[in-house]
Amino acid sequence: MIDNLITALGAEFVQLSLTPIVIGILGAVACALPGNFLLLRRQALIGDAISHVVLPGIVAAFLVTGTITAVPMMIGAGCAAIVAVILIEIVKRLGRVEPGAAMGLVFTTLFAAGVLFLEMTDTSSVHIDVQHALLGNLESLIWFDAEGWQSLLDPVALATLPPQLPRLAVVLVGIVLFITLFWKELKISTFDAAFAEAIGIRTRVLGFALVVVTAIAAVAAFDAVGSIIVIAMFVCPPAAARLMTNQLGRQIGWSVALAVISAVLGYVFAGYGPGWFGSPYAVSAAGMIATISGIVLLLACLFGPQRKRTGQRAEA
Amino acid sequence: MSFLDYFINALFLQAGYNSALVAVGAGLLGLAGGGAGAFIFLRKRALVSDAISHATLPGVGIAFMLMVALGGDGRWLPGLIIGSAISSGIGLLMVEWITRQTRLTEDAAIGAVLSVFFGLGIVLLTIIQTMSSGRQAGLENFLLGSTAGMLISEATTIAIAGALATAFVFMLRRPMTLVAFDPEYAATTGINVRHIDLAMMGLALIVTVIGLKIVGLILIVALLIIPPVTARFWTNQVGPMIGIAAAIGGLAGYIGAVFSAAAASLPTGPIIVLVAFGFFVFSALFSPLRGGLASALRHWRFQRRVHRRQGLLALARREPIYDGFTLRILRQSGMIRPDGVATLRGKTASQKAAHDEARWAMARRILPDDSAIERYDGLTPIEDMMTQDQIDEIDRVIAEQTGAPA
Repeated sequence: MIDNLITALGAEFVQLSLTPIVIGILGAVACALPGNFLLLRRQALIGDAISHVVLPGIVAAFLVTGTITAVPMMIGAGCAAIVAVILIEIVKRLGRVEPGAAMGLVFTTLFAAGVLFLEMTDTSSVHIDVQHALLGNLESLIWFDAEGWQSLLDPVALATLPPQLPRLAVVLVGIVLFITLFWKELKISTFDAAFAEAIGIRTRVLGFALVVVTAIAAVAAFDAVGSIIVIAMFVCPPAAARLMTNQLGRQIGWSVALAVISAVLGYVFAGYGPGWFGSPYAVSAAGMIATISGIVLLLACLFGPQRKRTGQRAEA
Repeated sequence: MSFLDYFINALFLQAGYNSALVAVGAGLLGLAGGGAGAFIFLRKRALVSDAISHATLPGVGIAFMLMVALGGDGRWLPGLIIGSAISSGIGLLMVEWITRQTRLTEDAAIGAVLSVFFGLGIVLLTIIQTMSSGRQAGLENFLLGSTAGMLISEATTIAIAGALATAFVFMLRRPMTLVAFDPEYAATTGINVRHIDLAMMGLALIVTVIGLKIVGLILIVALLIIPPVTARFWTNQVGPMIGIAAAIGGLAGYIGAVFSAAAASLPTGPIIVLVAFGFFVFSALFSPLRGGLASALRHWRFQRRVHRRQGLLALARREPIYDGFTLRILRQSGMIRPDGVATLRGKTASQKAAHDEARWAMARRILPDDSAIERYDGLTPIEDMMTQDQIDEIDRVIAEQTGAPA
């Protein structure tokens, strides 16, 4: 058993599994953090809308620049997310419709446009397709030059880390900074927008900033892990955390912990789970991580200490 | 044959059996989607259908695996439809359960169900890809829809299910309307709101599962959302709105399918969605009721009336006017000369405006509860909003107060 564990965590683990796990964790946490505020502001589906419009964004970036390098793609996706948020606002005002319908209208249209552009232009030679956008390629983010744990201290090997890892790390630091710097403002405007306005917090600007941060998290994570994890991590860990505690600080702590658990367990089950049933193939890690986060949420719905609304009695 | 010729041929079902089949199927699907979507839109639960559509994927996977395990062809459409209906039904019940049993709001429940079911579905698809048995090709087509090589049996299934859904919409239209507008009142009339809500979503579910093949599960929700939002621009009444939504959905489905038949390499689902969006943009701009142009025109007219009225009142009080827009309007309508002095016409109009203003001021004092006072926009002449008797009374009181003979 111990021997198994040591081989499991040996050089091969560092080379093949360490970076995907770390990237999965970083992506999950980067999405779960802003997800907490979106959840409390009843904007949980903004994450859903944003991750749908990432596809037209990268297609547009490809059409403009003709390359598939990461930076223009991320800029394109970020712009698409912001355009989508503005369009949603316009449709909401113009049509005087509920936000859900406006969102559904905008993101399906943009997604359809993205798919169509993709099909119409000759992108068969390059590596973007709808499946990739949805599923990411977590499993392929391996660290070729690693020879074992000692490679973590070797600058030459470190330089060959998949670029998604440092990128996500930077984004995560940015998100943590945003939340700590504006902690008070975010907290007040989330729970009592009118009061926040009264004491001089610019709630609309802050709300837009939150959406931009969400978009950045979605775009950075999407590149590595695909849209499914992004949507799942925006909603599931914060929702489960919401059922565990009544305090925002603790809720965020819980959500980070649950996101990490989902990412690690999901990756392990996807990579090694089928082997336990005698199948030589791995299943989609992105899908498995989303599934695990759903199971975590289900457990919280059944047993979370704060799962009821205030004043709602347990049904007999 | 040019693209346009082909498009026109296909539009009139002359472009071959298969594309006609697909076009009619997509039209029926859009019809049912628009009609069912109208109620969901009025109930303000548009995105619940997004959860339903994403939740179909595990069902597709499991149905495929079961059918292969039983020795059949995994791609048999009715089987896949039943599987997807079961799993999206479970997804729908999960959304309801989470919203009712926990403190989480509906949008969180939608997001959770949508992403988790979709993730599970992807896991199942990757398992299917590794299965040695079964003709696994083609399940990914359910993500974005594909009409190439559609079988007659599949088209018939879609057509029958579409007709069924339309019939259900027709049968349940009254209780669904009531629940959409006033659930509390509906409950007091003995309607089980929860059952009607579930029926409404059940309709969305039917549309979703039959739309999987043509539009795909990511975009099918557009057929439930865009037509009603578009129809809302044209009417304020439920009956017409449902009709218009169904018509827009049907047209979008039909035209989109025809278009993609004419340009064979393009996927059908996205084109149908973009055609529907085209209807939306047209309506948002040109609808006389709530469209952007009509609103802008109304605003512009109102602004002119306000400036004209205020300018005339200023003339009557012999106050100088500084506002450029007011001056321009007065000059254009010949009320003042270029040097700002009132013309004869301007004097008459300004006296009339001042008189009207005085009558309104008196009306507010002696008839404060009259409905005309409530509705007064500060611009309409009093003759248009009150009866002659009322105006005579107002004039009498004004004359009494100023001491002049009545």
